[in-house]
Amino acid sequence: MTKKLHIKKTYKLYIDGKFCRTESGRYMQWISPKDNQTINFCRASRKDFRNAVQVSRSAFNKWNSFSGYNRGQILYRIAEMLDSRKEQFISELILQGKSKKSSKEEVEMSIDRLVYYAGWSDKYQQIFSRVNPVATPYFNFSYPEPTGVVSIISPKDSHLLGFISVIAPAIVGGNTVVVLAPEDNPLCAISFSEVLHSSDVPSGVINILSGLSNELIDHFSSHMDVNAIINCGVDSKDAELIVKNSSLNVKRAFDYSSINWTNPDSQDPYLIMDCQEIKTTWHPIGY
Amino acid sequence: MAKNSKVKKSDSIDWDYSVALESTDHISISQEYKLFIGGKFVKPLSKKYFNSINPSNEKILSKIASAGKADINKAVLAAKSAYDTIWSKMDNAERGKYLYRIARLIQEKSRELAVIESLDGGKPIRESRDIDIPLAAAHFFYYAGWADKLDYAFPGSKVSSIGVAGQIIPWNFPLLMAAWKIAPALATGNTVVLKPAESTPLTALKLAEIIQESDLPPGVVNIITGDGATGELLVNNPNVDKIAFTGSTEVGKMIIKSIANSKKKYSLELGGKAANIICEDASIDQAVEGIINSIFFNQGHVCCAGSRLYVQESVSSQIISKLKNRMDHLILGDPLDKNTDIGAINSNEQLKKINMYLDIGKKEGGDFYQSKHTIPKKGYWCAPTLFTDTSQSHRIVQEEIFGPVLAIQTFRTIDEVIDKANNTPYGLSGGIWTDKGSKIFQVSKKMRAGVIWANTFNKFDPASPFGGYKESGIHREGGLEGLAPYVNFDNRTL
Repeated sequence: MTKKLHIKKTYKLYIDGKFCRTESGRYMQWISPKDNQTINFCRASRKDFRNAVQVSRSAFNKWNSFSGYNRGQILYRIAEMLDSRKEQFISELILQGKSKKSSKEEVEMSIDRLVYYAGWSDKYQQIFSRVNPVATPYFNFSYPEPTGVVSIISPKDSHLLGFISVIAPAIVGGNTVVVLAPEDNPLCAISFSEVLHSSDVPSGVINILSGLSNELIDHFSSHMDVNAIINCGVDSKDAELIVKNSSLNVKRAFDYSSINWTNPDSQDPYLIMDCQEIKTTWHPIGY
Repeated sequence: MAKNSKVKKSDSIDWDYSVALESTDHISISQEYKLFIGGKFVKPLSKKYFNSINPSNEKILSKIASAGKADINKAVLAAKSAYDTIWSKMDNAERGKYLYRIARLIQEKSRELAVIESLDGGKPIRESRDIDIPLAAAHFFYYAGWADKLDYAFPGSKVSSIGVAGQIIPWNFPLLMAAWKIAPALATGNTVVLKPAESTPLTALKLAEIIQESDLPPGVVNIITGDGATGELLVNNPNVDKIAFTGSTEVGKMIIKSIANSKKKYSLELGGKAANIICEDASIDQAVEGIINSIFFNQGHVCCAGSRLYVQESVSSQIISKLKNRMDHLILGDPLDKNTDIGAINSNEQLKKINMYLDIGKKEGGDFYQSKHTIPKKGYWCAPTLFTDTSQSHRIVQEEIFGPVLAIQTFRTIDEVIDKANNTPYGLSGGIWTDKGSKIFQVSKKMRAGVIWANTFNKFDPASPFGGYKESGIHREGGLEGLAPYVNFDNRTL
């Protein structure tokens, strides 16, 4: 039997539930430290990012209106799909230079993390909602609502687990996200869009771009229709730029760069609450 | 004295009220106030002073120290030293007891504080007496109890105090805003340098006297007076760990920028342009009273004021005619008169800004209506004003005026009005008036704002979180949520 030629995969951006090339036509080349094979990723542009924010905004209104129960099922479905593609992600992590053992561990922890946040979908509201005992005859209650569209700069050194650990709390809380894949190792993040695509996640809820952070950070942090930005690891100059830009529309800006995603302490409902707003409603009590 | 003498009288009833002035003989205002640093009133190293005036008659009330860089440094170091040596180490329950003491002292001196608040800021005594001062005491009382219960506030997580909080407050609710800032900061174990607004420093300085009287350890609370430049120096002081600011969105944005290269935490309570929505099935008279309260409370110097009114088309002419009638019966005049509904505009500067917007509103083509009052000769005054026939693009609909100026639009469908209500960079508060419960839940959920008043407006309570979405701010003040801006989560700081 003749040896069949390996079919190389084309890696694209994931915007509005579609796999698309960058409008700029540009690429960035990645070379595996394991076997020197090359992969061409899209080098996303400002325009790609703006398109992603636009679809994120329309997806937000829909996703936000899903029940917590429904969002939880969808997150759980993502975990199921990731589990069924375990081998793919283990081999991708190996391609990025990780050992087989730690690759397997990372994929398993990533699946667990999705299941963890799936479970929060209809519970964090109960933990963080309250009836406030005001001193006047009013019924007064507070509950969390999603902040809106969140842009995310992925962790540099936790290519699957870190990536998932940041996205999951944002979306389980009803936000929609535009994520920049880790610049040096975008493979798992881009492949993750295939998992999402088969997971009933409504289009536009999670949008994933590959690209150069020095080209995109400015736009990720300055866009006026983005409500929050999560920075998981850039140098201090860029971190300062992100906060400065966040002032333009009072974006909520978070720096997760000190979080070690393999630590069990790195998952908690307070990460969900970062991208939540507390709404308080008053109503008179009487006849 | 000012009387609403232009109001039409019915046949038999005399609608004029006799003047009922609150007495001022029991209050004490010093001729000069120094800076409150390390538990003592000290002369400013800057050697500079400014005057605080009564906006209802332009008379000087007192001479106030203006803190310069060296003064701020001194205050911050006093706060840092108090944090390191005493306050962060104190037993939590003991910390709470100091807050209880302060609450009680505010209650004991409440009438004096109310009178000074009305003298210094121009707000009606009815409001300072019944709202500002009682709520300030209640705020200390509420957070006092949290001091030794923080483990229950953040389930599953350990939290710690942050350090020195630099706090900057506005002139619209001077003592109340000081309470909103100081109480949660102290309850969570931080120390404070507070800067009151330039035009209304007096009740904060009276609070400094109360703090002295409470034997709070020196340096735990420092109160420094000055203008915006003083505030800027406080924000940029390297030993300040956390900034809490209430004021304009513009300054809030400047603060974020100026601390972008630091690890300082920040919480901001900024501007608003709240939509107040009146549906056709609302109880009309209650809604009219609610509109009055939403925009004319505290002369409209309220960040959460319902400055955009949306009335359903079928009831708009009825509502607007009743509203004009009610406006004509408001009593404008001496803030110390217990009958007064509308006091003085806080400062000349603010009056100029409001008048600028009145001109803009007229030029933009809105239909202008102002109730008729006898305006006192001295002081800064603006009669209650409304514009009908405004549109979303008008500046008086888009921008925060911070005065007694209401912009009215009509709507047909609920979806339409929700879109209009949310079409603003702000998101602090909103109002919905209807007798239909399901509509209240739907509209209040869809409004992108932090506080929704349904069939009411402008209600506040220490147990109720307050703060905005979008450009109206970051974090909440009040309630359990009000603790979060003053703590670090231990698992995040590793």
